[in-house]
Formats: sequence, C-alpha cells, structure tokens
Amino acid sequence: MEFALTSEQLMLQESLKGFLSGALPLDTLKAVAAGDAAQRERIEQGLAEFGLTGLLAPESAGGLGLGLGLLDAVVVQDQLGYAAAPSNFTSTAIMTAAAPTLAADFVSGNARAAVTLQGLSTSSDAFVLGPADATHLLYVHGATTLRVTAWPGGEALNTIDRTRTVFKTSIRGDAKPIVSNGNPARVVAIARLFVAADTLGAAQAMLDKAVAYAAERKQFGRVIGSFQAVKHLCAEMAAKLEPSRALVWQAAYALDTNDPEALVMANLAKAHLSEVGTFIARTATEVHGGMGFTDLVGLHYWYKRIGLNRALFGSPEAARETAAHLQGFVSHDAPSKWHAH
Amino acid sequence: MKLDLGPDYAAFRDEVIGLLTQNAHIAPGPKDAGMKHPKRLAWQKFLIENGLAARTIPKAYGGYGAEPDLMKARLIAEAFATTGITRPLAGQGISMFVPTLLQLGTEAQKQAYIRPTLHGEMVWCQGYSEPEAGSDLAALRTRAEEDGDDYIINGQKIWTSTAKQADMMFCLVRTHPQAPKHEGITYITFPMSTPGIDVRPLVDMTGAANFNEVFFTNVRVPKSGVIGQPGQGWMVANATLTHERGMLGDSNATKARFLELAAMMQRETAHGQRLIDSPILRDRLMKLQAEVYAMQANGLRVTTHALKGESAGLAGLVIKLMGCELNHQIAGLAIDALGEDGVLYGEGDLAREWQWRSMYDLGLIIGGGTAQIQKNIISERGLGLPREPKPAKA
Repeated sequence: MEFALTSEQLMLQESLKGFLSGALPLDTLKAVAAGDAAQRERIEQGLAEFGLTGLLAPESAGGLGLGLGLLDAVVVQDQLGYAAAPSNFTSTAIMTAAAPTLAADFVSGNARAAVTLQGLSTSSDAFVLGPADATHLLYVHGATTLRVTAWPGGEALNTIDRTRTVFKTSIRGDAKPIVSNGNPARVVAIARLFVAADTLGAAQAMLDKAVAYAAERKQFGRVIGSFQAVKHLCAEMAAKLEPSRALVWQAAYALDTNDPEALVMANLAKAHLSEVGTFIARTATEVHGGMGFTDLVGLHYWYKRIGLNRALFGSPEAARETAAHLQGFVSHDAPSKWHAH
Repeated sequence: MKLDLGPDYAAFRDEVIGLLTQNAHIAPGPKDAGMKHPKRLAWQKFLIENGLAARTIPKAYGGYGAEPDLMKARLIAEAFATTGITRPLAGQGISMFVPTLLQLGTEAQKQAYIRPTLHGEMVWCQGYSEPEAGSDLAALRTRAEEDGDDYIINGQKIWTSTAKQADMMFCLVRTHPQAPKHEGITYITFPMSTPGIDVRPLVDMTGAANFNEVFFTNVRVPKSGVIGQPGQGWMVANATLTHERGMLGDSNATKARFLELAAMMQRETAHGQRLIDSPILRDRLMKLQAEVYAMQANGLRVTTHALKGESAGLAGLVIKLMGCELNHQIAGLAIDALGEDGVLYGEGDLAREWQWRSMYDLGLIIGGGTAQIQKNIISERGLGLPREPKPAKA
C-alpha cells in the first residue's frame, strides 16, 4: 500500500506551481480579473504547453496516452486553485471524462467546453462554467441523462469570482444532442471532485499567506503569530485542511479504480471542502487583520474563488444529499435525482 | 498511489477476519466485567497466540514475535473495527508502559513485567498528572528522596485511570529538586500494594469513577524500579506520550462508531418515521461521514509515511485534535437524533451509551494533551510559528 503522490505527480505539482507563481503575480491576477483577455489567453497558452488538456485523453484522441488518471488531474486542479488561475482546464477535463469520443477536438483546441450539472430545458436556464468562446455544452437532460450539444450562447454573469467565466444559458427547442449518455452519476461526482480540488488549493494558498503574515507582522513588540489567539486560528485551519487533502486524493483514486465507494467519496469531498474552504477563507482573512479586508493584499481573490466553488455544481447540502441517495439512506426519491440546486 | 492490498495482504486480511468471526463465541462481552475476568484473560491469550495482539513483541517476552509490519497491524485493527468483535486489551500498561520498557528497560525489567502485562495478569496505572501539573506536566512536585537502596515518595497524583484495579504504577517523581524542571524527574515503577499509597476514586461527569486521586505518604520503593536513569524521566515519559496521542484518535474506532450511528438512524423511529428520514438529521450524518472518510484517508497517509520511516508532518500532528472531536460529534448527533429520549441515562436506555461516550470523549479532548496544547503543537511544530514567549521572571 502506498498512499502518497508519485514522484511524477510531485514533479508536475512543483513545475506547475513554479510556472504559475511566475506567470501570475498579483498584478497580473488583478488584470485578469478586471477583464484583460490578452493576459488570460497568455496564461492559458502557458498551461497548454504543459499538455494539461491532453492529460485525461487517450492517445487516439490526441492525448498524452500516459495512462494518467483523475488523481493526476486533481493534482493539477489543486495547483490552479492555489494560484487562483484563470483556465479552461476544469470544464475541458469534465467534458473529456463525460464524452471521450469528442476528446480529440477539445485536446487540439478546436472545441471548447462549457459545463453545467443542472437539468436544462427550453423553459429553464442554468449556471454554466466555461469560456466566452465555448463551442459545446454539457448538461443534464431530464435529470437522468447527460447530453452534449452545440453551445447555444449565453449571458455572461457577474459572479464574485472574476478569475473564471460563468454564463447563464438555456437550450433551444431544436437542440440536437451530439452525445447522449445514460448515467450522469459518475460525471456529477467527477465535476464535484474538481471543484473540491480547486478549493483545496485555494484554501492552502490562504493558509500559507496567513501563516506568513502572522510570522512577520508585529504588534505589542511581538510577531502576532506568537499569540495563542492567532496561532490557534492557524492551527485550526491546518487541522481541518490536512485530512481534507487526503480525502480529495482518495476520492480521485477511488474513481480511477472504480471503487464502489468512489461516488460517495467524491460527493462528500465536494461538500466537505466547501465547508473547510469557507472556514479558511474567513479565518485567513481575519488573521491578516485590516489588511485582509483590502484590495491591496488581494486575499479576496481566493476568498471569492472558494465562494464560487461552494455553489458551483451543487451546494454542500446538495452534494451530501447525493451521497445519502447513493447509499440508500433516502426512502423516497426527491424530485431532482442529482440535487444539483 | 496504490491502495489495493495485493494478494498476500488481501489473503492475510481474510484470514484475520475469518479467525475472528469463527471464534467470536469465546470473546468476552460487556457483561463479562472486571479487568481480570477469566473470559477476558482467555481471549487475550487466544489473540496473542494467533498474532492478533502483542504481535511484534518478542516471543521471549510473551508476545507473538512477528516482524514489524505496519500494514498487517493496520489490517488487524480494521478487522476488529469492521467485525465489531471485542478488541485485545489495551490498558496503559500494554499501550504505553510495554513500548517504553522495550525501548529503555533493563533485561531483568523486561523479563519481569512484559509477559504478565501483555496477558492482562498484571494491570498498570500511570502516575503523571498532578493537581498543579496538568498541561505543564514537567512542573510536577511529587518528591522522591534517596534512602540507601530506596526512594521515599511523598505527594499526590490525579487523573489516574484504573488505580483501584492496578497491580503496579509507572510514575514520574522529582528526584533532583535543584535541577531545571525537565532534568530533575525520574520514571519509576512500584507495586500499588506498597504501604503509604492511598487511592481515592474521583467521580466524574459520567457518574462513574473512571479516574482516581493517588496520595503518597512516605512510600518506600526500591531504586531497582527506575526505568532509564534517574533524572531522565522526562525523556522516558515522552517516549510514551507519543504513543498515547496516536492511540487517542484511531480512525478505525471512529469509523466503527459512525457505522453504529448510521445503523441506529436507519433502525430507530420517531413519530412513525425513521430518524434518517429527517433531511436535517441526514444532512448532519453526511457531514460527519465526510469527516470520517477524511480521517481514514489521513490515517492511510500517515501509515504510508510510517512505513517509509518518515515523519508524517501535519497529517500526523492533527490526529488527536481532530479524531477526538469527531468522536464527540458523532455521539452528539446520536443524542440529538433520539430527541427527548436522547437524555435518558438509566441502565438499558439506548441513549445512555451515547451520552456516556459524549461525556467521556470530552474527557479525552482534555486529557492526553488538551485541544489547546494540541493547537500549540500544530502551529509551532507543523506551521513553524514561534513559541509563546516565556513570562519574565518575577
């Protein structure tokens, strides 16, 4: 038994971290959030050189064919969250998992994915994660089928998190499914796990910043990190986050190996990281005192990233209810089987 | 990452589960009370002979004598958790004193104590905490003065579990009052029947006396009972405290407790509805399940580090704090889910066991290094924050 990242995964983690810390200093992150499309594109290009989009795709679909799995993808997503990086990686990876037959187009960059887990119809609209120039939409049809259609266009939404782009969209009556897949449960679990991994990284970034600040900022002639009131806040963040990391890894590994508990674990990872992330987002801000509240320090980009993640692809309550359903803990099926709202 | 066991370990796990389930009928139950109940001692002997207890302790000292294999140790612990069959004895003698003795005892001490301790025939209690030395354990004052080949002990210990039943005590005493506080302590063992020892039960919030106060008045004990060297007791004791903190946060025990709660919520009803059918209670159950999974995964990670002989860092430091809290929360949901019946504390009441656990867990959150001390350790050793400055000397 070996419950640890491989040396290849650790190398991927380190090289991504190195690239992103160089390519995305706070000023650049601020520019991206303010709508600088060129900067956004530059980051996306840099990430593409890592071959991230091909990570999950088979060689026949233009992927790397390295036999990499969700655990590798989760390691990537963790680093994207750590840097609050703008990237289409999340929606591309979910699309590739849901519709492997289309993977080649997404890997080559000819197609770009937008994703929602909400049931869509002509009369209802949904909250969609994806780029402004999306070409395909993945959604849940009639609550029990996954579908991919051409991107119907959508209205850009002003969410708290400006590092990622989110749209409101509905499908047209004549929308033809390009792919129709009967079992959304696995893709729902994968999508939620990606969001959990993003929060894991974002929360780790906030904790690191809080600890660094507490070790440097002086009041009453001492660094504030020597006061128990402050160091206990830091300890509580670490104590909640460290086991969460193991949970995210194990859920990814469980999905990769078709473990019977995989879907439950992934849904619970989403719910749990939402709670832990929310706690760390506010606590790390508090450790920074007044500076945490300012735009100058920019801590709020991670706070908001965690905030969007909490709601994205189902609230913590929705993810927990899915986990309860999967284990037969719910007597009567609720109206929406995947509890995406 | 590779979590499948491989054929050898999978076979080992199946063998252990088979052995336990086939022999469950000889395992003692809650009714076989008393630490030396013949059924308990027989079960312990059976477990040792089959390598399910005292597994890596050399045969010469009464153990099973297997090569250390953390993976097998883990599979055995999981087998007890999943089958719910009575675990091996795990008092402070077995869990804390025997490992210390193996590391730091003389050959004569090992020969005298390890075998009967492992077999439950010799029960130990731990004399560490004092009324004025709790979190600041090194401030302990119980005095031992040299008198020829003996020490004469005077003072008081508190929070001593099983002092009434114990045959022996391992104890921290101050032998060098002029030395700096960490350097004047000696780790010594002696029989509880020694004249001058007075054990007074300390009734706690559960209604039982899970702990005692122990008073020493001119208690004469031989110097041969010292473990390690006189004055090195702090180092000797720290070898065992590390053990205690690992013990208080076993994720297999937490999982077993969670499964018990989930089963209860599917079985028990209120107003004609299963408890789990309440969306609010179900949501709380799922919240706890996420934490149980997280602590289990964290445990696998810590085991992997241990297998490689590495420190697990933060993942290891957080176990006592998070594990004890999670156990307390699981008991808390069970109590809430039972509604008004959740406060019934009579013999045979379903809620009694959960209330008892909830209260006892609070004791464990405080004991073995309080939650606040754990947070100091996590922030100082795990996150590298500076220590609290020492107060200026008056």
